[in-house]
Amino acid sequence: MAANPMSQFDVYRIGPEIKVGAFDISFTNASLFMILSTVSILLIFNLGSKKNSILPNKIQLLAELSYTFVSKMISDTAGSKAKPYFAFIFSLFMFVLFCNMFGMIPYTFTVTSHIIVTFVLAAFIFIGVTVIGFIKHGFGYLKLFVPSGVPAVLLPLIVVIEIISYLSRPISLSVRLFANMMAGHTMMKVFGGFVISLGIVGGWLPLSFSVALTGLEILVAFLQAYVFAILTCIYLNDALNLHH
Amino acid sequence: MVKKIYFQSIFFSFFFIKEAFAAESGGMPQLNPEFWVSQIFWLILTFGIMYLVLSKLILPKISNNLESRKSQILENIEAAEKQREDSDAKLKEYDEIISKSKLEANSIFNLAREKALKDIGAKREVLDKQIDNEIAEAEKEIDALRKNAPDKINIIAIETSSELLQKLIGAEVNNSSISAIVDDLSKRNGDKYYGN
Repeated sequence: MAANPMSQFDVYRIGPEIKVGAFDISFTNASLFMILSTVSILLIFNLGSKKNSILPNKIQLLAELSYTFVSKMISDTAGSKAKPYFAFIFSLFMFVLFCNMFGMIPYTFTVTSHIIVTFVLAAFIFIGVTVIGFIKHGFGYLKLFVPSGVPAVLLPLIVVIEIISYLSRPISLSVRLFANMMAGHTMMKVFGGFVISLGIVGGWLPLSFSVALTGLEILVAFLQAYVFAILTCIYLNDALNLHH
Repeated sequence: MVKKIYFQSIFFSFFFIKEAFAAESGGMPQLNPEFWVSQIFWLILTFGIMYLVLSKLILPKISNNLESRKSQILENIEAAEKQREDSDAKLKEYDEIISKSKLEANSIFNLAREKALKDIGAKREVLDKQIDNEIAEAEKEIDALRKNAPDKINIIAIETSSELLQKLIGAEVNNSSISAIVDDLSKRNGDKYYGN
């Protein structure tokens, strides 16, 4: 009667199995939605940047508002030094946002609800930020783990805590997004299942919950994309402007 | 009663569904590594292509558009400011011209008034002189007349007296004796008659 609420996260092959060496890189539903997200992003922003009119039309306004939104977010959190990384953070924000939002359409697949996807993104950010930090400050970047104004007795403990917190960044970043998306979609599925199983008599209550949850999940989808991008900015800020 | 059944059914179905889900679910598909490599591959491919296209083609265009709009707006504002300054200057010029012409008009008016006053004064002087002359002449005439008046009166008196005497007496009277009497009378009563 009620489908497994986790079955929406199943990845299945679309088309033939593609193998490169020992690796299976078959086209799956996850790949489909990654491509859908990127293609819609490129389509929207291409349309939004095609014509340069003084009075922008709706799609141009959308593109320019997103541009200024992200650029303001970066300059507020990471300062002017982060300008070369604007394109990456913009792509990251848009990719996560569109994947989250595509997931809100019924019968779709949410790319960001898979830990492997968010972890690859987070790991890339982590490695990139660390490399940038070492390039900018050399071994001085290690000062990040030694906060100023800490009593010498506490220093060994603090350094260990700082290192652990630094190393856990990719995990917290990826798990935050993955868990939020998975929990929200599972909950919606569960409530949707209640609607069916309770039928015409009792189904109205979970249905109203479902409606409210849909609104909440759209908010969460935006918020998690924003959080993902702004945390990236904060990590970048640590690497660019070392102050501790 | 209906309400009670309604809520009871909701309550019990929760239990039922939870058990059904627990029985069906077989762990998280996310932790199944079967398609991890595929997901990583497609993520890198799609995200990489999107990043390249966005950073090389689309974002520079958007930033260009924003910049050009900003500069155009600034230019327009500058032009508007300049025009306003121009109009302010023109307004000032206009005000100056107006005040200058007012002053000029005032001075012209004053000059004309002074000239007219001078003319009037000169004419009045001439007229005054004429009038004075005429008055003086008239006074002279009057004086002359006044001076001659007693003699003429005397002559008239002599002639009237001689005629009166001739009519009364019927004889010719010597004019010289009458004139002597008249002279004597007029000398005595001159003051009474003429008020001199």
